[in-house]
Amino acid sequence: MAGHPSTYEPQYAATKWLDQRLPIIRMGADFMTYPSPRNLNYWWTFGGILTLCLAVQIISGIILAMHYVPHVDLAFESVQRIRRDVPFGWLIQPMHAVGASMFFLAVYIHMFRGLYYGSYKAPREMVWLFGCVIYLLMMATGFLGYTLPWGQMSFWGATVITGFFGAVPVVGESLQQWLLGGYAVDNPTLNRFFALHYLLPFVIAAIVGLHVWAMHHAGQNNPIGITPKTKKDTVPFHPFYTVKDAFAVMVFLMIFAFFLFYLPDSLGHADNYIEADPMKTPPHIVPEWYFLPFYAILRAVPDKLAGILLMIAAIVVLFILPWLDTSKVRSMRFRPVARWFFLIFVVMCFILGWCGAGTPDDVAIKLGTKVVEGETVPSGLTFYRLSQIGTIYYFAYFLLILPILGMVETPRKRPDSITQSVLGDDAIVAAE
Amino acid sequence: MAFKSIKTLLVSGAVILSGAAGIAYAAGGGTGDYKMKYQDWNFKGAFGSYDPAAMQRGYQVYREVCASCHQLKHVAFRHLGDKGAPFYNKKYPNPNDNPLIKNFAADWMIEDIDSETGDVIERPGIPADKFPPIYPNDAAARGSNGGALPPDLSVIVAARNNGADYLYNLMIAYDAKKPDDVELTPGLYYNPVMDGGKIAMAAPLSDGLVEYAPTMVEDHGEMKEVPAPEATVEQMAADVTEFLAWSADPKMEQRKRTGFMTMIYLLILSILVWFSYKKVWKDVEH
Repeated sequence: MAGHPSTYEPQYAATKWLDQRLPIIRMGADFMTYPSPRNLNYWWTFGGILTLCLAVQIISGIILAMHYVPHVDLAFESVQRIRRDVPFGWLIQPMHAVGASMFFLAVYIHMFRGLYYGSYKAPREMVWLFGCVIYLLMMATGFLGYTLPWGQMSFWGATVITGFFGAVPVVGESLQQWLLGGYAVDNPTLNRFFALHYLLPFVIAAIVGLHVWAMHHAGQNNPIGITPKTKKDTVPFHPFYTVKDAFAVMVFLMIFAFFLFYLPDSLGHADNYIEADPMKTPPHIVPEWYFLPFYAILRAVPDKLAGILLMIAAIVVLFILPWLDTSKVRSMRFRPVARWFFLIFVVMCFILGWCGAGTPDDVAIKLGTKVVEGETVPSGLTFYRLSQIGTIYYFAYFLLILPILGMVETPRKRPDSITQSVLGDDAIVAAE
Repeated sequence: MAFKSIKTLLVSGAVILSGAAGIAYAAGGGTGDYKMKYQDWNFKGAFGSYDPAAMQRGYQVYREVCASCHQLKHVAFRHLGDKGAPFYNKKYPNPNDNPLIKNFAADWMIEDIDSETGDVIERPGIPADKFPPIYPNDAAARGSNGGALPPDLSVIVAARNNGADYLYNLMIAYDAKKPDDVELTPGLYYNPVMDGGKIAMAAPLSDGLVEYAPTMVEDHGEMKEVPAPEATVEQMAADVTEFLAWSADPKMEQRKRTGFMTMIYLLILSILVWFSYKKVWKDVEH
């Protein structure tokens, strides 16, 4: 809700003085009294959860940086030293590593929320765009950070990803060398990756500021996607959503703590406990789970450059989504057909993740057996074919399904207001 | 009709995610007909802790057998006397004072520089030293081992999927029958737990190789003697696995204890916040 009237009144001489010069307390107060739709459900708590994730990563990361040594001969050892000798290092180091996974878990739920409830549609395109920028920066930060422990997966992951740039026509090789600071991943690479890994979270924090600003300017979306019309449609952010967010944060922290204390290594790869060895390639180079769907898209085509372009396109398509979806109905609650395609989309994202973790030629879905050189082996859909199906659906969802559905689908009747939908729910159900 | 399927889906997605992590964790080696023997390790589970007697025997196996080729470069002697470590003794909160630890350290010669003359000298280790290298460099290590580099064992249990069972089985599986399609060149041995079934390490353990002595373990503030078991291959493999599991994750017990308190704290706080939420929203339909 743009221009929600400020109710802040400075009480003291000092706050009055400050309010005339820099109304920063007013800004905070307005933030707290911000009228939020009264019907926000728990899917709307992930903004707060993500803010917490960013704070946890930045604070734990700064402490780690005080003890970590970005040198190829010392990096692995320094992480071990943090875990064994630095006071509370045994807590902070896995907190940062598990925290990265938790951050991505939360951001994916947040993004699916936006997709389902149409939070990218007018007038919230800028909110969505900044969100996409944050996600892109998160991916970069996550990748850079994973290099730092200098384990086998760190080194070979960095080698594979920076190899993408070598596939760029003409300038590829020089571009790759420029990024690496040499012909291969080595000490200059580790040093610049550390510098950038320290820098990007603060860029993310700045863009989060713009993301929240844009969201406050356009007003929050809500589960029915109907813009609040009267005062009855909204409640002040505090205490209503501070307390609801706080409860969600507690539940999220319990999941976080469970992984942190009981399964700290389960979200990573055992190979990363082997110190990086440029002479020895691990049998399977697999990215962290949060990159697996994109890794599957990359490998869905036999050509390296085409795979990279597809993977980039998979992100770019998110940026142009607000202009691809032709439907004016925001919430898929009122889109009886689109919601099913959305559901398939979510399933396909999981399938792509599964394909990313699998070996392309292995059989993913067994349909029968065949005889190869006298031996009976399972036959059926390979991860390679399955990732092609997933990739086609991923792009079709954005480029075909959403544009066409918006024109042909008949949306269900929507309530006139949030208040009506909340108070007259029985009446609406009866009417259907 | 509220659209519940999405909620169900994301919940099941989270379950699949944690399940997949579990599968990745459980996946171990195993070629040929060899059946992995999974042990019920007492350090697994939310309340699992290391068995000090087993760790102490494991240290003996490491010292007398493994240490002829394998280093423990991330472990310092003083770590052995930390809380939750094999030789923790309440009498010596600072492990540097623990006479056992001092003896273990003095058992090794450490390369150093004489501060008076600048000469390279060898001196007996002190608790603050780390386990020294076995070979002067990697090339020397390869040279002595037919071209193969014996890996450092500090984090070996973390560096393999389901590392404890992997390591235990690796050491007891040498007797398994070699399938015909595994071809061994001189200097290689068949071990079904290794990828491809080949290993450059000869069977390191044989029954009675180590002479186990009774171990002293703290029990409710008192040092008690634990009688020595028979030094079978399985027993020694299990003991050294226990020791190396500790060296890979020495703060595990501390972490699990903190985790338990954290979970209780979060649970109570969640309940309080839940009631705050109920109270704040009491008169607002939503």
